[in-house]
Amino acid sequence: MDLTGEFHVALPREAVFEALNDPEILGRCIPGCQSIERVGEHEFDADVLARVGPVKARFKTRIAVSNLNPPESYTLSGEGRGGAAGFASGSADVSLEAADDGTVLRYTARVQPGGKIAQVGSRLIGGTARKIGTDFFSRFVEVVTPEPPPEAGKPDEQEE
Amino acid sequence: MADNGIGASVPRTEDQRFLTGTGDYTDDTALPHQTYAAFVRSTHSHATFTLDTSAASGAPGVVAVLTGADLAADALGTLICGWQVTGKDGEPHKAPAHPVLAADTVRHTGDAMAVVIAESAREARDAAELVEVRYSPLPAVVSMQDALAEGAPQIHADAPGNLCYDWEIGDRAATDDAFARAHHVARLDLVNNRLIPNAMEPRAAIGDYKPATGDYTLRLTSQNPHIHRLVLAAFIQIAPEHKLHVIAPDVGGGFGSKIFIYQEETAVLWAAGKVGRPVKWTADRSESFVADAHGRDHETHVELALDADGRFLGLRVSTLANMGAYLSTFASCVPSYLYGTLLQGQYTTEAIYCEVKAVFTNTTPVDALRGAGRPEATYVVERIVDQAAREMGIDPAELRRRNFIPSDAFPYPTKVALEYDSGNYRLALDRALDLAEYAGFDTRREEAKSRGKLRGIGLSAYIEACGIAPSQVVGSLGAGVGLWESGGIRFNPTGNVLVYTGSHSHGQGHETTFAQLVSDYLGVPFENVEVVHGDTEKTPFGMGTYGSRSLAVGGSALVKAMDKVIAKGRKIAAFSLEASEEDIEFGGGNFTVAGTDKSMNIAEVAFSAYVPHNYPLDELEPGLEETGFYDPANFTFPAGTHVCEVEVDPETGVTEIVHWVAVDDFGNVVNPMIVEGQVHGGVAHGVGQALLEGCAYDADGQLLTGSFMDYTMPRADDLPDLTVETTCTPCPHNPLGVKGCGEAGAIAAPAAVMNAITDAIDSSAIDMPATPQAVWRALGG
Repeated sequence: MDLTGEFHVALPREAVFEALNDPEILGRCIPGCQSIERVGEHEFDADVLARVGPVKARFKTRIAVSNLNPPESYTLSGEGRGGAAGFASGSADVSLEAADDGTVLRYTARVQPGGKIAQVGSRLIGGTARKIGTDFFSRFVEVVTPEPPPEAGKPDEQEE
Repeated sequence: MADNGIGASVPRTEDQRFLTGTGDYTDDTALPHQTYAAFVRSTHSHATFTLDTSAASGAPGVVAVLTGADLAADALGTLICGWQVTGKDGEPHKAPAHPVLAADTVRHTGDAMAVVIAESAREARDAAELVEVRYSPLPAVVSMQDALAEGAPQIHADAPGNLCYDWEIGDRAATDDAFARAHHVARLDLVNNRLIPNAMEPRAAIGDYKPATGDYTLRLTSQNPHIHRLVLAAFIQIAPEHKLHVIAPDVGGGFGSKIFIYQEETAVLWAAGKVGRPVKWTADRSESFVADAHGRDHETHVELALDADGRFLGLRVSTLANMGAYLSTFASCVPSYLYGTLLQGQYTTEAIYCEVKAVFTNTTPVDALRGAGRPEATYVVERIVDQAAREMGIDPAELRRRNFIPSDAFPYPTKVALEYDSGNYRLALDRALDLAEYAGFDTRREEAKSRGKLRGIGLSAYIEACGIAPSQVVGSLGAGVGLWESGGIRFNPTGNVLVYTGSHSHGQGHETTFAQLVSDYLGVPFENVEVVHGDTEKTPFGMGTYGSRSLAVGGSALVKAMDKVIAKGRKIAAFSLEASEEDIEFGGGNFTVAGTDKSMNIAEVAFSAYVPHNYPLDELEPGLEETGFYDPANFTFPAGTHVCEVEVDPETGVTEIVHWVAVDDFGNVVNPMIVEGQVHGGVAHGVGQALLEGCAYDADGQLLTGSFMDYTMPRADDLPDLTVETTCTPCPHNPLGVKGCGEAGAIAAPAAVMNAITDAIDSSAIDMPATPQAVWRALGG
């Protein structure tokens, strides 16, 4: 299932791109993120508390950044292992387009659940993933925008 | 007496405890110093893995964490398949090792990798979450077509191409010839959907070990405790048979899923020996979904050749059968000897050829489920017969009549290795059509149309083979066990009777039916008969309950034992009554000297046998206790016709079953109420398959229907009142003339529902489950 979204950020592309690779900022934006640390030039380990339907678990998540094409695009991928709750892996292709008053951020994300999350939550995974994506990017807009944005990122989403 | 005898609808004596919550299920037992097991299960469908158990081992309450490496160190055997099917090439099927705990590779989600033993169930589960699993995912294959494709990922090194076997039955050349002569050929591609069994009581097991004596005890949810003991002793080699006591107390439904010897009970029994304390495991519902053997899962292409009059010249069937990731205990025989052999149906089809490829995939293993092969065969035959009727413009009932095996043609040798012993198919069909008011259907269809509804009627003239037998025949076909049954009759000195059966009741009502049988046969009051089953230290070795065999085989074993009791009683009575043995008649519980009023009740005979003061001790042993073993001469062949009438709402695709008629020939009936209940349950099971139950995996082998949120079980309001009747052609080769009734509904129902829906929507382009979405799409929505 592909999830897409579009956000407006009142910053130049370069600044947005840099923020997207900053573990401190990522940690503040990932919903349920308890901790995050850089483990490689383009890799981060995060500890994320998440709930899919009836399944709630702490996910040990390896986040990697690839396809780096600054400041236009990159791919953010993650694999979270939730122990007995199962696992979820996903990736998002992010593109940044310069606009008059900042940057338009677009993403296309995919998610694949496994184990108990898939077993009891497959019907809910789409909605959960959409919410996590929306929450992440709207927080990101909040966090990186210097002043309170006049119109905080209005998600324009659809499932394809 | 007659009120409780054969033919009486005696209320089930066991229901008192079941309905008041006082049954004795495995989970109700708590042994002193008991520990609890939780399994670490794979979240991937195909992966290699390593485990780090250090955190779990140190967690609160943890007694032990055991892995596949520990199993290997103890040189324990792997799980087995008890029936070896030989393929077209003369080679035995591929039965790759099925470890009790996976050592380095998992092959389906839910595959067990480790077991954590702790002081409480909660601590065991918490610690199981601390077992660190490092997976290296391997590519998974989920669909059978993908598994058989060139270059597909290999699930087992010793099953090349993921093929378990490629098997055939029937006469290919004769069938080809029939098709060459055909006036018309009907063709269908059919999917028999994968089902998840979902017995009301989840599987459970408690292993116990007494170091002082070296004795093991296993309490568990089993349909066949002696087979569990045999496999755990002889193949997995945890303990020899005489040091292993298996108890299957009250069991809350099985439907086949509790026949098999699984990872969990094996691990629990072994673990009890390792930790020196009882170890208990009770599945939660989520575990049941991934760890109980699933059922069905066939893809079939079928062709029926007919002459200009609609006579069946030839039937050609090609089936892919999903085995899942490992070969379960009896998985191999289900889509072969319990499927291909039933493709004759009720018809005189002149030539039949069937080939079956059994395929490994990265899914939960598939094995016998209520009907086991026979629902799949009935579905194929009855769908293609209806398809041919529709294409040739012949009434489906009339087409069946033209092709029925006539009632005077028995015994009837089929083209697929069986010999039908008795039956009257036309009688059941005609009675079912009367009860269903088949003749008035067109009026009802028109009336429904005026309300915007599409009304359809569907027939299913099914046959099944029950009481799988005889031992020597099934042995020659690859079975690893005999398929006889045992029965014991023990009179107590006060005249009441303990009945020991190797059959096992897990909802069927044996305690009532067998007591009726014994009460009637021996003339002992019903309330003086107690039925004992499910304990290897109480009953003689027995084969258990599956394949609707209990009364036909287990009941017949009791008859053998009772005949011995009567024969001995005759000698005792003759001595006491000072008459010759030949002059003693037995009836109504009394031994009587013919032509006199000199008589002795069987209770008095029993007393005399235990207090042998006036007794022929020089020629007769004291005591009154006999055991019988019965090995049937043939299967039994229950058959009948079910008629389903539906209304489909074309706006929503919702199907409502508005009328159901079942006319079944089960031979003689001991308890009509229990039989009717079995038909009700079976029909509900089959309707569940036809309309509701659909197991789904995603392309990575993740089970998407892993809870009742996504896997729909039938409910009371999915069914109308059922009209149930029986006809009777007694089974000619067992002493009771009985045939078996536990699976018939599940065998008959899916084809009846789907034929009714295809009739309603005038399209055969629909597979089960016929959910509203599927029906709506078939209507072009």
